[in-house]
Order: sequence, then C-alpha cells, then structure tokens
Amino acid sequence: MTDAEVIQLVNEMLAEEFELEMEDMKPEAQFREDLDLDSLDAVDMVVLLEQQFKFKIKKDEAFKRIRSLGDLHEYVLEKKAALESEA
Amino acid sequence: MNRVVITGMGTVSPFGIGKDALLNGLTNGESGIIHLDDLEAIAGLHSHVGGKVPNYDPKVIARKKRRTMSAMSIFAVLAAQEALEQAGLTEEDRIAPKTGLSVSSTIGSVQTMEKFFSTFLEGWSIEAIKSTEFFKIMNHSVAANLAGYFQICGRVIAPSSACSTGCQSIALAAEAIMTGRQEIMLCGGTDELHPLTNGTFDIIEAATTGYNDQPTETPRPFDEARDGIACAEGSGILVLESLDHAKARGATILAELSGFASTADPANMASPSATAIGRCMEVALQDAGIAPSEVDYINAHATGTRLGDAAESQAIASLFGDKPMVSSLKGNLGHTMAASGAIEMICTIAMMNKGVVFPTRNLVNIADDCAGVNHVQKTAHQTVSTAIKNNFALGGINTSIVLRGYND
Repeated sequence: MTDAEVIQLVNEMLAEEFELEMEDMKPEAQFREDLDLDSLDAVDMVVLLEQQFKFKIKKDEAFKRIRSLGDLHEYVLEKKAALESEA
Repeated sequence: MNRVVITGMGTVSPFGIGKDALLNGLTNGESGIIHLDDLEAIAGLHSHVGGKVPNYDPKVIARKKRRTMSAMSIFAVLAAQEALEQAGLTEEDRIAPKTGLSVSSTIGSVQTMEKFFSTFLEGWSIEAIKSTEFFKIMNHSVAANLAGYFQICGRVIAPSSACSTGCQSIALAAEAIMTGRQEIMLCGGTDELHPLTNGTFDIIEAATTGYNDQPTETPRPFDEARDGIACAEGSGILVLESLDHAKARGATILAELSGFASTADPANMASPSATAIGRCMEVALQDAGIAPSEVDYINAHATGTRLGDAAESQAIASLFGDKPMVSSLKGNLGHTMAASGAIEMICTIAMMNKGVVFPTRNLVNIADDCAGVNHVQKTAHQTVSTAIKNNFALGGINTSIVLRGYND
C-alpha cells in the first residue's frame, strides 16, 4: 500500500465513522475546530486505526499531541513503517 | 398539592412515528405485529412474531447527540419532540430548573450489550470496544440522552420496573409536580426489541408461540385462545405540568392526572394476583378521590397471557362490576414493554378527547376466566370523562393512573 493509499484509506475510515464529507478531509483540517471531533471521538479513532493497521496507539503520548488530519496521516505512516520494519 | 395536567404527548410505535400514525392504526383496527424472520434461527425460541418500529431515520438526530443513543433513546427523542411541540413550551421553560424528566426502559440496550459482549468474549479483550457503548447500556441511558438532547436541567430520574416502567415513570413525574418540586416533567417509557425480549418471555412460557404463521391474530387479550405476549418496541412521552403553570401560559390541557397508585405484590415474581391488582386500582381511586362508579373506561394492561388477563379481569369485576368499558390495545400494538404504559395512556387520553373507545383487537370469544367485565369488542362512540390506565410488571410492580377530562 502506497502512502497515498494509506492516507486515502484513513480519510475514508474517518469520514464514514464520524459522518464527515470527504471534501473536508484536508491535511490542514483541525480535528476539534474544523471537523468537530472531541475526546470520545479520539478514543474511537484509536480503536479504528488499531483494528485496521494492527499497531498499538492507546497510551501513546505522540498520538495525544495530534491536532490536525495531516498530523494523523504522518503519525499513521510512521507507525506503519515501524511495524513493517519490525516484521 | 398541585393539580397535574397533561399538555403534550408523542409516540413512536409499530404503526410508525407520531400520534397520527398510531391513532389511524387503532381507528382502522390494524395490527402492528409481524413475523420476524431472524428469530427462527435461534435455537429453543418458539415465539417468532413482534412489533417493530418501521421506517425511521436515526440521522435526523445529529451524530454527536446520537452516538450515545441506541434505538430506544432515538425513539424517545422522536416521541419527546412531538410531545414538546404539542405542549408549545418555550425553550426558556424547557431548559429552566423547574422542568425535569422521568423516563426509562426495562433494561439498557440489549442490542449494544450483544455487540459489547460479542467483542469482549471473542478475545477476552476490551481493545475493540468503542467509547460510547457504555452510554447505551447504562440503566439511565434514555434519561441521560434525553436530558442532553433537550437540555433538561431539573431532576432527571430513570425509574425502571420492567413492564410497569411507563406508568411508574409518569406517576413519579406527577408526584414531583404535586409536591411542588417541579413545574413541568417530560415522562414516559421506551424500549427496543431484541430477540432476547421474546426469549425472556418464551423461557417463562409467557410469549405467544401458536400464531407464528398468523402474526396479526396475536396477542389475544382476554380471548379464550390467547397464548401469550407478542413483544414490541416504541416510545411514549408526555408533558406533565402543574395546572397553575399550564393556565398561566395559556396551554391547551388534554386531560388531568388526578391520582395514581404504585403498589407491590411481593407474593410471587411472575404470577399476578387479582387481589394485588385490585388493591392497586383501589388506592389510585382513593388518591383521585373518586368512587369506582365514576369510572367510565379502563385501559387494561392485559397482554394476552393466561394468568395476567384473568387476574386483571377478576380484579376489575370485583371492584367495578361490569359497568366501565374495558379494552386492551395490546391486540393492536403488542407489548411495547416499558413504553406500553405511556403509549397506551396517550391513546386513552386521545380516546377521551375524541369520545371513542377502541376495542380489544383479537378478542373474539371472551374466556371464562376473563368474564364479568364490560369488554369492548367493537369501537364504541361513548363519552369517557374518567378513565384508569393499568400497567403491571414481572416482580409484582403494579401501577394504576386515574385520568379525568379537565374541568376548571
């Protein structure tokens, strides 16, 4: 899966789960201010991403610092690469 | 004590969203009971019929409000919306501390419990459990969701007493107004159907099992061929208000709740007693300060079980004789569980306002053990000034509410 495909998949998963429009899924979109997601949504986002990509996020301080969709894309790509290099 | 009146009513039922759909179904003598194909796959389950709410769109509720709601909360929001619109309350009244809420269900969402435990037990893990699951399972899920949705700031209570939940919630709401603790209460009951609802009653041999191929022929309250409960879902929500408050804002008064009783029958968890039911109705009459002879109509709890219908009939015959008209709407609606008392009370008030009494659907041959009362078998065009709504539950929790047409 290319990086672009991973980003597309993340966007589609979030759009479906949180009933967002794909056109709003821009890297600069802030989760709280632009996409209206809150701490409960963040918990569910962790579950979704962990189930899909099979890496662990919960209790990861780096995840808690994420503010924008672009931050999340970067985080997922790094975690995915780390998991693949471990394998 | 403050007098309590009803100024708004809303429903979601097997006939659809809103009072109009419900009352049209009853006026036409229709049944909301259908065959439920998915129940056939469950080993040991013999009751394959029920009443489901058709064609509703959960997405009329914004995602962030809806994410903590299971179907029962969604039904309650839709019903409450209709009740509040009819009451014509201002937002200022609705969100003031003088307005409270008393709404509950028989149990938290079983649909969500199934999902939760399927995930949990599969790997003995909570890693895939989403954040909002618990909010749908907790006992006061509906009350908390409704309070959040409508921004209710007064007392919020969730009295759960199985099938008596609807009327007990209404009675406790009335009590809060009578004693001056609240001016306005949103109240009622709600439930969602799950295969285990049928299962629960089938296990204790109280569910209908003989009409799976003719679902509209069951349940059969008071009939000699009755064979048990047809489980259903829905919601009934009412706006109760102190008479003074309603008059001060010029509200249309639909009826007065002039008394109630909430009594227990501790003798047996599952077998109703005519004596205990009679005592409940008697205490309700005393609370309202009226004699049995003043009652025109009794909207029975009668679910179509062998024991329950007989006990209620005997209690009515003993206390009232054969004067007041008696009917059960469960022949049309099935047993909407925690919603039943509230939905059927709304129907009773509608009947009082229209001067009509709906008959007991599927009551063809009155059973010997249900005889001695004035069963309504075809629509009666009669004035009903005073009515009683009965609502009973497993666990011996009985509730009776006395309703009167409003006179200043």
